[in-house]
Amino acid sequence: MTTIGAGAVYGNEASFLTAGGRTGPLSWILSTDHKRIGILYLASMLTFFLVGVAIGVLMRLEQLTMGPTIMEPQTYNAMFTLHGVIMIFLFVIPGLPASMGNFFLPILIGAKDVAFPRLNLLSWYLFIAGAVVAILSMFTGSGPPDTGWTFYAPYSLRTGTNVSLAVFAAFLLGFSSILTGINFVTTIHRLRAPGMTWHRMPLFPWSLYATGWVQILATPIISVTLLLVIVERVFGIGVFDPAKGGDPLLYQHLFWIYSHPAVYVMILPAMGVVTEIIPTFAHRTIFGYRAIAYSSIAIAALGSLVWAHHMFTSGMSEFANMIFSLLTFLVAIPSAIKVFNWVATLYKGSIDLQPPMLYALTFIFLFSIGGLTGLMQGALALNVHLHDTYFIVGHFHYVMFGGTGIAFFAAILYWFPKMFGRMYNKWVAIVAWFPLFLGFNMLYFTMLILGFQGMPRRYYDHLPQFHTGHVVATVGSWFLVAGLLILLGNFVVALFKGAKAEANPWGGVTLEWTVPSPPPTENFEEIPSITHGPYEFNPVVGR
Amino acid sequence: MNQEHGHVVPYATFVKVWGVLLALTMLLTFTSKRFHEALSVWAMLCITPLKAGLVFYYFMHLKFEAPLLKGMVFVALATLVVFIGMLFFDISFR
Amino acid sequence: MSGSTAHGAAAHRDYAGAKIGMWLFLFTEIVLFGGLFILYSAYRTKYPHEFHTAGQELNYVIGVINTVVLLTSSLSMALSITAVQKGQQRLATWLVGLTVILGALFLVNKYVEWSAKIHHGLYPNGPELLKLPPGEGLFLGLYFTMTGLHGLHVVAGMIVLSIMLVLLAKQRIRQDDYVKLENAGLYWHLVDVIWIFLLPLFYLAA
Repeated sequence: MTTIGAGAVYGNEASFLTAGGRTGPLSWILSTDHKRIGILYLASMLTFFLVGVAIGVLMRLEQLTMGPTIMEPQTYNAMFTLHGVIMIFLFVIPGLPASMGNFFLPILIGAKDVAFPRLNLLSWYLFIAGAVVAILSMFTGSGPPDTGWTFYAPYSLRTGTNVSLAVFAAFLLGFSSILTGINFVTTIHRLRAPGMTWHRMPLFPWSLYATGWVQILATPIISVTLLLVIVERVFGIGVFDPAKGGDPLLYQHLFWIYSHPAVYVMILPAMGVVTEIIPTFAHRTIFGYRAIAYSSIAIAALGSLVWAHHMFTSGMSEFANMIFSLLTFLVAIPSAIKVFNWVATLYKGSIDLQPPMLYALTFIFLFSIGGLTGLMQGALALNVHLHDTYFIVGHFHYVMFGGTGIAFFAAILYWFPKMFGRMYNKWVAIVAWFPLFLGFNMLYFTMLILGFQGMPRRYYDHLPQFHTGHVVATVGSWFLVAGLLILLGNFVVALFKGAKAEANPWGGVTLEWTVPSPPPTENFEEIPSITHGPYEFNPVVGR
Repeated sequence: MNQEHGHVVPYATFVKVWGVLLALTMLLTFTSKRFHEALSVWAMLCITPLKAGLVFYYFMHLKFEAPLLKGMVFVALATLVVFIGMLFFDISFR
Repeated sequence: MSGSTAHGAAAHRDYAGAKIGMWLFLFTEIVLFGGLFILYSAYRTKYPHEFHTAGQELNYVIGVINTVVLLTSSLSMALSITAVQKGQQRLATWLVGLTVILGALFLVNKYVEWSAKIHHGLYPNGPELLKLPPGEGLFLGLYFTMTGLHGLHVVAGMIVLSIMLVLLAKQRIRQDDYVKLENAGLYWHLVDVIWIFLLPLFYLAA
């Protein structure tokens, strides 16, 4: 059993960043090292995130005044479509699995790499290819799609904009996601270190396991649906076209059969990260290990059964409405179980409010608001009023941004020193939190109110009664972006000027803290032998 | 580098399974042409999964695989069945 | 067993892991086609008579012949694995070659079928198809889409199997290391299973 926290065990082995003198760009984009691939994903993903943020800022600027402000209606439609496509397919879905999962899954389970390293690199290539095609759809032909990221038929079949290119980009990105899922599920089954039973595995890998299954079983549905949109546009098959006897509701069913489970692909790894961070900074073992592990599986399973709650007002049968509403209430239960367990972990813990912990706690707060507003939407009577309003927009930004986004930042704050061997400025990270938190709530809580008052989403303009809310939201977006820039800028500075980080700056007890910062190429000099659970802080337990 | 020796299925087993598959195909065709519609639909719903099952079990070696793999296949197929089933909560009741 | 992977050609091979990975990929194919089966079942429920009528446009004899062709190709594929396991390298190579040829035969039949349809104007947005009632047009639209996607998978399978032929010739697939051939075989069998479902849905619907 390797000694916890003693990075010195490994002597002078070169880190994966410089290993074997391979440092040029070619050595990175041809590397099958899961750590390099994780960083490739991280860098590309954050770039796309910033583009998405920029589009969001522009959208909010447009809503600063009634009538045209900085763009025409057609442009606004393209903007919200692109904002959604970029944020969802290029940032949140690949998100934590492709970046932090790739970097840390093997290390957390005591392996040297994932099960299929070359497939891993291929999945990054597909990610970049999808991004390139998405960019092409923006700047060629009839311009970017204006359908919303949901590409609903029949409009997506009729509009002259670059729908076929955009959905083909999403198809490529889906394939990338599928390969990641296959890799992680196989890795977790086959490459756990000796002695690491399922119940000794840390909880971030558990969440990646559940996520992997969703990636495998749900993504192909959207792949085929998007292919059908292309085939419809090019050949006129008619499956979603009412003019040919097709049923547009079937498009919605197929679309959401993937896209709802996709949000669990987004949130499960985020919850997994939070579950790693809280024990470390509470200096206590996680409360309810098995509850958290199994609730991840339950969320993945139940979450695959609720898709039609996006379609309550679309014309579905009453019977279907009731079934899906009931299931939607049920899926909140395993999520709530996790929240209870995180909070219970804090009880009688020795809490150290370091930046990762601050952001992890913020996650719990913002995700809870997002989750509760989701429950409200699941109630049929409320849904009639809330569907397609700003309430929905507020809800999903609370869960996807306040949830996954904040957890993503928390993950970087936690693992940056391990990945790069440098520490960032902790005070700047904490300072960034204030405008970020304030701006976030000004922007999105206001949307919840606007939605309740009746402001529709995806509208270029708004009526006078909504004007104050829109102004507050737009100002909030400026604070939010300021916080983001400070937070992310801090990391960039730290890459070049950060102080050298030790192997275990936080006092964590999982395997990544037993290897040097940054880790050597093969992670472990010797594969560790595991004799106890992952969050043992009790010094009495033998090491 | 030694591959763990997988179970070797005799040639004859595969040929027999193939024979059964051909026979089932003929049966399926016959029932669809000769039987009255409801009955032929039932025949199709029984015979087709049986054929697929034989291919999975013998040609794809699933019969001789570990329970883990069998469980995974079950999960995948069950997921698809559940998707179709739940879709019909909408379609059948509109 | 805790295999560990390294980079490059000296990788320790994890036989069970490679198989699991392949099956997981097959699940994605099952769900991919599953989406199309979902559509088919929805429209069959909506247009039962039109599906029945339009089904008469398809020649069930060709459908059955193609089924026999693919079932036989699955047989030759499965036999080739046993041959490799027994060290009968040349027999294995012939069997894989036969599988590829049968795949080609399947595609030839499909080409004949499709050209006949297209010649008669019965293709998506074709003149004769547009005259049909919507349900019948949808049946044919689904027919082209599903057999088309399936056909692409047959082509992909043939390419993969051709690569396997090269690997067999170079002894990179042999008695003590044949998981690639097994995985290629799994893919081919799945292509067969999908056809097993397509046959009754389209050719025996009438």
